[in-house]
Formats: sequence, C-alpha cells, structure tokens
Amino acid sequence: MTEASPPANLAERYYNYAYLDEQTKRMIRRAILKALAIPGYQAPFGSREMPVPYGWGTGGIQLTAAIIGPDDVYKCIDQGADDTTNAVSIRKFFAKVADVATTEDTSDATIIQTRHRIPEQSLKAGQVLVFQVPQPEPLRGLEARETETRAMHAYEEYGLQYVSLYENISAYGRIAATAGYPVMIEERYLMSPSPIPKFDNPKMDDNEAILLFGAGREKRIYALPPHTRVRSLDFEDYPFEVQSWEENCALCGAEDSYLDEVVLDDAGNKMFVCSDSHFCGERRKAGHSGPMAGHQLDQTVEGNTP
Amino acid sequence: MTVGIDLSKVRPGFQDPVHNSQSVFRAIMEAVARPGMQVTLSPAPTSPAPLCPAAGAVALTLLDFETPVWLSPAIREGEARDWLRFHCGCPLVDETEASAFAFISRADEAPPLSAFNPGDAKYPDRSTTVILQVLSLEGGSSVRLAGPGIKGERIIAPRGLPADFWDQVAENGAAFQFGVDILLVAEEGLIGLPRTVRIQS
Repeated sequence: MTEASPPANLAERYYNYAYLDEQTKRMIRRAILKALAIPGYQAPFGSREMPVPYGWGTGGIQLTAAIIGPDDVYKCIDQGADDTTNAVSIRKFFAKVADVATTEDTSDATIIQTRHRIPEQSLKAGQVLVFQVPQPEPLRGLEARETETRAMHAYEEYGLQYVSLYENISAYGRIAATAGYPVMIEERYLMSPSPIPKFDNPKMDDNEAILLFGAGREKRIYALPPHTRVRSLDFEDYPFEVQSWEENCALCGAEDSYLDEVVLDDAGNKMFVCSDSHFCGERRKAGHSGPMAGHQLDQTVEGNTP
Repeated sequence: MTVGIDLSKVRPGFQDPVHNSQSVFRAIMEAVARPGMQVTLSPAPTSPAPLCPAAGAVALTLLDFETPVWLSPAIREGEARDWLRFHCGCPLVDETEASAFAFISRADEAPPLSAFNPGDAKYPDRSTTVILQVLSLEGGSSVRLAGPGIKGERIIAPRGLPADFWDQVAENGAAFQFGVDILLVAEEGLIGLPRTVRIQS
C-alpha cells in the first residue's frame, strides 16, 4: 500500500485511476462544488453503474472516487464499525483501484466514508466525511412526487414536515424519529442527515470537516461546508434530545458513546457495546474497561486476551 | 464558425491529467468549502496569456463538452481560446446567461455579476461559476467575510477587482438560493467566494 502509484494509463490497470472515467469525475466534481455553495440543497448528478448494487454505497463510492488521490488515507465504516463486510469490501476496493493507504484510525484518515454513523472522535480540518445515503429526500415519506418535494424546497415550504412532527407528538407523546432525524441547514434547506442516529445530529453543527452526501440510486449529491449551522427540528415545548443509555459500554466502559445492543444467547443475555469500533478499541488499549471486559468479543482488539 | 486550430501552437495542458486534475480539484473544493481561504493550485499548467496558471488549472479540471463557457473579450480570441477549445472541448457561448462557467481576464472586462445565470428556484445549481482574474489575491483593501465555511470571520484583500465588486457580491448573496459562485484567481492562487458568503461591514 506504500508502493509508488503506477501511471494512470498503464495497460494492466484495466480501469482508470479510482475506477470512474475522467468525464464522470468532472461531472461529479462540478456537482460537489455547487452542493457546497448551496448547503443542504440536493444537486442532481449522473450516477453511474458501479460494481456493487444500489443500496451498498454507490453514492458514497462515486463521491470518494471523484475526490480521492494517491496521497489520501482512506477509512470506511459501516454503522461505526471498520470490520463489517460492506466496510471491508469498499476499503479493499479503493486500496486496489486508487492505490491509497487505508486505516481504521479516525484521526489518521483524510477521507472517511461512512454508512449511518459519524465517528465519536471529533473530525478536523482537512478531513472529508463521505456519507452513503439511501434516500436523500427528507420529505419523501410525506410527499411521494419529486416534482412536489423539489418545489417545496424551492419555496421553503416546510409546513408539512412540522405537521408530521406534531402528529408524532400527539400519537406518541414525543418526536419518535431516532435515525434520519431531519435537520435545517442555515435556516434555509431542510436536509436528511442520512440514517445516522439522531445521537449524531449535533456533531454536524459547526463541524471542522467537509461533509459530503451521495445517493447513487436517487442520483443526488448534497454537502455541508465546515462550520455550517445545522439545527435538528423541534418545538419550543418539545426540544430536540439525543438518545441516552442507562448502561455503559460493556467492553470499554464509555458513558458518552453510541451503543449497540448485542444479543448474546437464547437465554436473553445481552450486552451494550460502542458502535464505533475504533473508538472502543482505542479506549480498551488505553486501559479502560467495562463490566464485561474479557468477554470473547473483547478479542477484536489486538493485544487483548480474555 | 468552424475555424481550424493550429496545433503546432497549442501549449500543453496537464502533464498527468488524471492525477493533476485530482489534486487541483481538492484544492478548489477546500477553497469553495472555506470561502476566503487562499489555496495554491498545484501543479498549474503554463496556460497561454492572458489566462493565468490558476485559471488554466480550473479550466482543465472542470470544463468539458457539457459546460458552455463564456470568455471575456481578451480571452475570446487567439491562443487562449484555442488552448481551451483543444484541451477542454468546451462549447463557447456569446450570451453570459447561457454559460455554466465564465472566465474574465481582468476587471475592466467584467460584466456585472447579475448578467450571468443565477440558477433556477428548483435547480439553483444551474447557475454560472465565474472565474475572475485579479492582479493579486493580496495587497488590496480588506474585506471581512462570514457565512458557512468560515469560523467567525475571515479577512481577505484581493487587488484589481471591478469598482463596485463587493456591492455586487452582497447583492448576489442576498438573492440566495439564487446566485453565481465566484472563484478569484491570480498566478497559481485561488479564493472561493460562493453565493453563501456574507460581507461584514
């Protein structure tokens, strides 16, 4: 992975550097610049057929392919974890077609592609977070027609969204959305944060990194420049709040991270564990431990033996 | 108006188009994401006068057959035009409002920003991106910028702008979601001024 990058036109490469052809990259790059200039607006782009099916991250992969270069260090996570099938496959893909170094370390990465999480560790200037987005349109569940939702964004007509949240409160006593919780960008565009847990929503506000969102099947790109105002929708008497757990991470003991519930057996035993595998691993290496430290699942970190 | 291009006079573009346009794009992306922050486009081509290297790098990175381009009078003739046509294959248009990109070689050739395409209410991304060459990105009178991409405020002082440029930028920003996006270029440097940028008094 540290080998010098071979020339892009080498015959044995079979594909262009980073898989996409240059005209496609230019088209995506132009869409990225317009998306950054209109934060939260969904710019259409000519999504290409990729070597994975729609729903497996084709939007994120195309964004990454359009921006990545041999000097980048690439990290890819799926639900916070570096070691899941989708993340491992996409990471290998870019190691192969773009000759990039890969990492699981959030702070070492220059491009982090993600499905449904924002890393626990704060991002910094110079990093780009690429989201894989299944449905870019926050209003789609309320209005099926693209012609209508596009007009609603054009004329800032978001009353329907607030009615939906109100109906939530009257039915459940609270705003029930837990993932893909809609956000308002710079008090202008309503945006879907992609299906990240609402726990991650506050991390988007005033972030240091560039956030790019790509929806391959829906053929949309949107973006947030650093230090953009991102507000999760709420009401004065029903303020936005994130999930919290009574448990700590069973392996590293973290109190402030997003936890996944893992069912351990048929007897109903379970554990709560950090969804961000790198964050959890670093904490364990630093000597932190939770109530189930030493469990066989703890072996996922190098040097840890139960 | 098909006129043959004398290929013996066309200067080279990028040495390594794939990797050069990637590194130039990343710099442009950072500049648009962080308005007012100066970036260096590297490697920039030796584009023919009056195109500065940064303007040439932007052209080679972003233009192709899909992007109608408007050129200010000094670029519209001769070697610079041939170079753009040969390397980018971009259609050239006479109407400012029909352009996806506009290249302005110097302040006294600049039409008002309102002459360019501000985009559509439903598709504001269809607006013109204006590449404005200035004498220098530093050494002029200071302007304080704010908006998305800027923590607090950022001060820039480009030199060689059209007379009422900052008033036009303020007017352009006030029309958000409509508006053109501006890239100031000089030598190998670039500053992004997307429509979100606000002028602090």
